[in-house]
Amino acid sequence: MKTVFFWSVCLALSLGAARVPADGVFDQYRDLMGDDNPAVFVIDEGEELWFTAQGPKSATLEACDLGLGSGVTAGAYVRFPRYFADTNEVMDVEARLVHCMTTIQGRDLESVTAKPYSLRGDLGTEIEALVTWLAAESEGETIAPEQTHAAEREMYVLGEEIFFYRAGPHDFSCATCHEQSEMRIRLQSLPDLTSHAGAANAWGSWPAYRISQGLVRTMGWRMRDCFRQQRWPELQMGSTTSIALQTYMAVNAAGGVMSAPGLKR
Amino acid sequence: MRLAGVARIVGLSLVAGSWTSAAEDIAAVLESSFMAKNQATMARLQQDAVQEVCSAPRGTPVEETVLSELRQQRLDAVVLPADGVFLGDWQRGAEVAGNGRGLQSSDDPTKPNGGNCYACHQLAPDEVAYGNLGPSLTGYGARGQSEPMLRYTWTKLWDTHAYNLCSHMPRFGAQGILSEQQLRDVMAYLLDPASPVNQTKQ
Ligand code: HEC
Ligand code: HEC
Repeated sequence: MKTVFFWSVCLALSLGAARVPADGVFDQYRDLMGDDNPAVFVIDEGEELWFTAQGPKSATLEACDLGLGSGVTAGAYVRFPRYFADTNEVMDVEARLVHCMTTIQGRDLESVTAKPYSLRGDLGTEIEALVTWLAAESEGETIAPEQTHAAEREMYVLGEEIFFYRAGPHDFSCATCHEQSEMRIRLQSLPDLTSHAGAANAWGSWPAYRISQGLVRTMGWRMRDCFRQQRWPELQMGSTTSIALQTYMAVNAAGGVMSAPGLKR
Repeated sequence: MRLAGVARIVGLSLVAGSWTSAAEDIAAVLESSFMAKNQATMARLQQDAVQEVCSAPRGTPVEETVLSELRQQRLDAVVLPADGVFLGDWQRGAEVAGNGRGLQSSDDPTKPNGGNCYACHQLAPDEVAYGNLGPSLTGYGARGQSEPMLRYTWTKLWDTHAYNLCSHMPRFGAQGILSEQQLRDVMAYLLDPASPVNQTKQ
């Protein structure tokens, strides 16, 4: 019964048959499913992957330093994006994971980054599972991205400039859709990501399980898909633009609470 | 360095303390962060003068002469329909207004682009799935079909920056998003007394 309702909601949402406000369907789903976020399976999968020996060096990711010391995963996510002395770069979680996979496990950069985000109908990627688990390892923690190093502060300024950068045939920037509150496109409400409240709500709820897609998505994917709607070319995982925009959002969100993985329409 | 960027394009220097675009620095960052996908080419990351000036973060002052000069340039560049016919078929216009596809990497480039007016505007009162980034256009036809009204609306759709520099609305004509015939059809959707936009709620 529960499952039948679940799938009919998925169908209604994925067909975009949104003649009724989508939020209504979404609330119904929430009422019924409650805390049953299917992302729990993805969290388990991510944890398993962390402790699985892989690559030419046949190593697990336990030696990976996410900023709080080798292998420390609890509370690490909320400090990202942050500067790492060993790479001399500001990194987001996705970029840091790729770094650990190539250095600690000895895996090939191209194959690790070939397909970071799943397509509809896929089962989910390794990056998605790991990021979801790491976010869950910070559940309930205060969002507090590092801003002590000059490179981290520069990344914020760059992120702000890219957020307002208009380009493409439609002249869109992130700000076109996300600099005012109480706004929506069709029926989808648009968070004001320039405000603390809007940013905290958004940053704290990704990665998220997308009901309409039956998949967990990361913030990297969320931005890639917004850039698609912006009519821009495709955003690359771990790129400076990706990290700068995440820094902008995370710093605006600082002080908010991490409650990912979230549940989205 | 940064000042030079804006001054070169707009042909004016900016007063100290005004916002200046970091376009030249950002260009290199963007170049390394994206990959062309289908019709979404890398060339789309390059800004024209409007985009560059209109990328100032909210609240940052931009000198008024820069704005008025650019606005005038946009007005001078508007192309009115050669045959003087402003109005097409409102039924086809309804399709254009409701279609959100076009020019995304995921869209079929052989299909006509949509105008996606409903993403940002309320139009026909019976359509509940409308966005609110722009004002409601329900009942727009009450403004009539005088020559100035036709020209105003056409210009607004062709290049919104001709009136309101840095508006959030796309430049449907100037950027080639909609064809001349599609613009006529959307014009009719807004202005034809028979169009659903101009009916009262059922
Ligand atoms: C054309 C409008 C548009 C543009 C431009 C746009 N977005 Fe979005 N964005 C949306 C919509 C619509 C949603 C909600 C999607 C949904 O409900 O499925 C959204 C959702 C989001 C979310 C998730 C919010 C949440 O609380 O779940 C984030 C984060 C986000 N966008 C960031 C960005 C960034 C960063 C940019 C610039 C690269 C951007 N967006 C550009 C329309 C846009
Ligand atoms: C991304 C959002 C967006 C889209 C898409 C959009 N508009 Fe707009 N539009 C706006 C905003 C914002 C304004 C108000 C600011 C301004 O006038 O520039 C506006 C203003 C207008 C006006 C002037 C209103 C008045 O009272 O004089 C008209 C007419 C209009 N839009 C028609 C359209 C039509 C027709 C379409 C589809 C082909 C469309 N718009 C698509 C955002 C949008």
